[in-house]
Amino acid sequence: MIETGSIMGKGKPTFFKEHQNALYKSLEDKHTTIDVDDTDPLRTRMVLNMGPQHPATHGVLRLLIELDGEQIAKTKLDIGYLHRGIEKIAENKTYQEFMPYTDRMDYLSPYSNNVALCTAVEKIAAIEVPERAHYIRMIGCELARISSHLLYLGAMVMDTGAISFFIWTFREREKLYDIFDNLGGHRFTISHSRIGGVHNDLSPVCLDMIRTFVDEFPKELTGWGKLLNKNRIFYDRNDGVGRISTEDAIAMGMTGPNIRATGIAYDMRRFKPYARYNEVDFEVPTRLEGDNLARYYIRTEEMAQSIEIIRQCLDKLPKGPVRTDNAKKTYPSKDEVYYSMEGLIHDFMMTDTGVCPPAGVECYHAIEAPKGELGFYIQSDGTGHPWRLKIKSPSFSNLQGLEVMLDGEMIADTVVMIGGVDPVMGESDK
Amino acid sequence: MLEQYFPILILIGIAAFLSLAFMLASKLLGPKRPSTAKLQPYESGMDPLGEAKDRYSVSFYIVAMEFIVFDLEIIFIYPWAVRYQELGIGTFWAMMVFIAILTLGLFYTLKKGSIDFDLRRVPQNRPDIKP
Amino acid sequence: MAELTFSLIVMGISLFMLLNSAAVAVYAERRIAAFIQNRVGPNRVGPFGLLQPIADVLKLILKEDVTPTLGNKALHTIAPMLPVFTALITIAVIPFGEGIYITDINVGVLYLLAVASLGVYGVTLAGWASNSKYSLLGGLRAAAQMLSYELPMGVAVASVVLFAASLSVVEIVDSQEVWWNIIRNPLGFIIFTVAAFAEANRTPFDLVEAEQELVGGFHTEYSSMKFGMFFLAEYMHVVIASMLITTFFLGGYHLPFAGLWLPEMSPVWKGILDVSVFVAKTGFFVFFFIWVRWTIPRFKYNQLMKLGWEKMLPLAILNFVVIAGAILLYNEFF
Repeated sequence: MIETGSIMGKGKPTFFKEHQNALYKSLEDKHTTIDVDDTDPLRTRMVLNMGPQHPATHGVLRLLIELDGEQIAKTKLDIGYLHRGIEKIAENKTYQEFMPYTDRMDYLSPYSNNVALCTAVEKIAAIEVPERAHYIRMIGCELARISSHLLYLGAMVMDTGAISFFIWTFREREKLYDIFDNLGGHRFTISHSRIGGVHNDLSPVCLDMIRTFVDEFPKELTGWGKLLNKNRIFYDRNDGVGRISTEDAIAMGMTGPNIRATGIAYDMRRFKPYARYNEVDFEVPTRLEGDNLARYYIRTEEMAQSIEIIRQCLDKLPKGPVRTDNAKKTYPSKDEVYYSMEGLIHDFMMTDTGVCPPAGVECYHAIEAPKGELGFYIQSDGTGHPWRLKIKSPSFSNLQGLEVMLDGEMIADTVVMIGGVDPVMGESDK
Repeated sequence: MLEQYFPILILIGIAAFLSLAFMLASKLLGPKRPSTAKLQPYESGMDPLGEAKDRYSVSFYIVAMEFIVFDLEIIFIYPWAVRYQELGIGTFWAMMVFIAILTLGLFYTLKKGSIDFDLRRVPQNRPDIKP
Repeated sequence: MAELTFSLIVMGISLFMLLNSAAVAVYAERRIAAFIQNRVGPNRVGPFGLLQPIADVLKLILKEDVTPTLGNKALHTIAPMLPVFTALITIAVIPFGEGIYITDINVGVLYLLAVASLGVYGVTLAGWASNSKYSLLGGLRAAAQMLSYELPMGVAVASVVLFAASLSVVEIVDSQEVWWNIIRNPLGFIIFTVAAFAEANRTPFDLVEAEQELVGGFHTEYSSMKFGMFFLAEYMHVVIASMLITTFFLGGYHLPFAGLWLPEMSPVWKGILDVSVFVAKTGFFVFFFIWVRWTIPRFKYNQLMKLGWEKMLPLAILNFVVIAGAILLYNEFF
């Protein structure tokens, strides 16, 4: 059906031809009940290639769209343009060395990724984490969630055409970056969590910054709500767009805000509490509609809940060490390294071999990252490196649902839907 | 009478000259380093598939056809609007009937879905919040 | 002969001002956008960054001009000239002050509408001639959108003609010496303003360009001054649309209820006053265009068509009929 037209012949194809052809073939094969030739003898359908070099596909997502006028007949998603082989890299790194790579998976919420890796390793190596570290991790995770949802909000509203909004949300993200800078010394790729705790304690300045943010952010959130919730254009652009049924969402394995928008209160923080989420009080916002507007409401409500969680964490923050005291399981503190021989040796050993879980043990542990369930599956062979490390990334699962959503929608809605599903290609492609 | 159009003629000449001048300026002053990749139409960094000058959806033509019908209506309205106060009540009702017929036609085409680009009807039940 | 000389002088000045106003509008857009977004905006080139538009144009002129393979070269070249051309010839019939106009023809309103309709060709041809799918979609959207909104615009203008009982733009402005049309015909004003936004392809009706989904829409494949001309034309159309709103609904160069209280003045002072009032009103609407663009989201294609055909056109017709009847009744009883 699709003609590889005269341009293909003239220009030199610069991509793998087999891959291209397989993709075009799969576009034809999908939904075989729709026979293109019969319904459309005049060939009014146009195959449009959206991405990877497209300003609104959130990175390098590629959509192959068959258009009927302004309507999408069918879509095929092509992912993998940001594949960096992170899972393979992990096999040649100690667990701690691998942590900076997790920063670069979902680069909008690095803290959650660090915590996900750490909790998984702590589970497989049976490491106790001090109370205070748990609370600091929770604060970090919730700040990361706000940061990620803020980018979602800015980008999604910008996809509907209101460009200024992006910059307003980024002003708030800037404050979060400053907090992270003060917390772990990095603004973006923070790597603050450590196996067995966190790297350093919260400084008084950082605590103050977090308190100020917690006090001021809800006002901004209400302001944005006033701007968007009652905006007829924004409402109509999102209402009923990208609707996915609960059954489809489950079948496609969607997680996070996307599945909560279809009415399922699936949240790892509730479902299987890690850190100390069982000790704080929070709600899991859910909606029933499963469309883009539901996703928007859920994410804004989640930000408000995150603020509540941080507030409770700050109140409950226990005193004590921030890392476990067992030098075989975690890095010793810098004081020990500088002033005692044992400390130096332990530090050296940790860097050289790292934490060694028992041989033949495997474990899966998932946390609720901003995008959904982020799980690390680790198989150990008894050395300091994982024998196999598999990452269950929420963006990858959510993108599966996007393909279902897009069929039959308008071309103008594609970017809004991509924005609504909020994939991060670094995480999806790993 | 016609001399009033003379300035417009001059203006058209100037406008044409200006737009040509802009065009030629970049043609003459800009560099010329074409390459295969540069001359390819944009398709998000992929080799374009097929030509863009294919047939496209019939809905666009329907809009154009409807436009012609209603644009004619407006053209009839203008001369009437200028003079109707002097021509009396009879022409007023004549025009009202004309407009009514065309408006009926408009509602008919709308009901038929002539401008309905959104074929997928999604049931909208959101009782909690309405703007 | 003296009349022709005067109209040539007006033409020269107004063309110069129009081209400059496009540059000023670009600068204003960037500064106001920056203000809305808590940024500073261009402030490096010249005092307060005022020379930024000139720097932009110079840069554009010195860029390479690319026509995609298999694109239609001739149409690709002609397309960007059309919007600039139509924007420039619109000013022929707009009165800037009492007696200050290039020409006063008895079909001025029809001339304006005819010229405005020509603008769609540039955009559509650009989309078609580029041989890019994104451009084609942008061009098709442009054609359908501009056609759809021309109808309510035309009917709204017709309701203005009812008051003036003339198709001459000068007489339409004169008819508003006491009562501006915005007071007599508020619904028409709203419809005309919305349609003017759509005709100028500005947010919330900028689906033609739709940076997010269609990348650049019809001008995806344009570079150098060819792109610059679309850019220039967009801002000239913003200025022209503001001028038209002012002329048709805000009494043109008249101060509010000027016929009731404004004393006789010497022609020179009257001219200065008129032109300043006109420029101030136009400036406000240019600001309004910019303000809207940086505040609200954009429509979807089908929503836009629905709004145009199902709401604005019937409303405009209803408004026209009601006003026609009301004027007749008024004449009957007073």
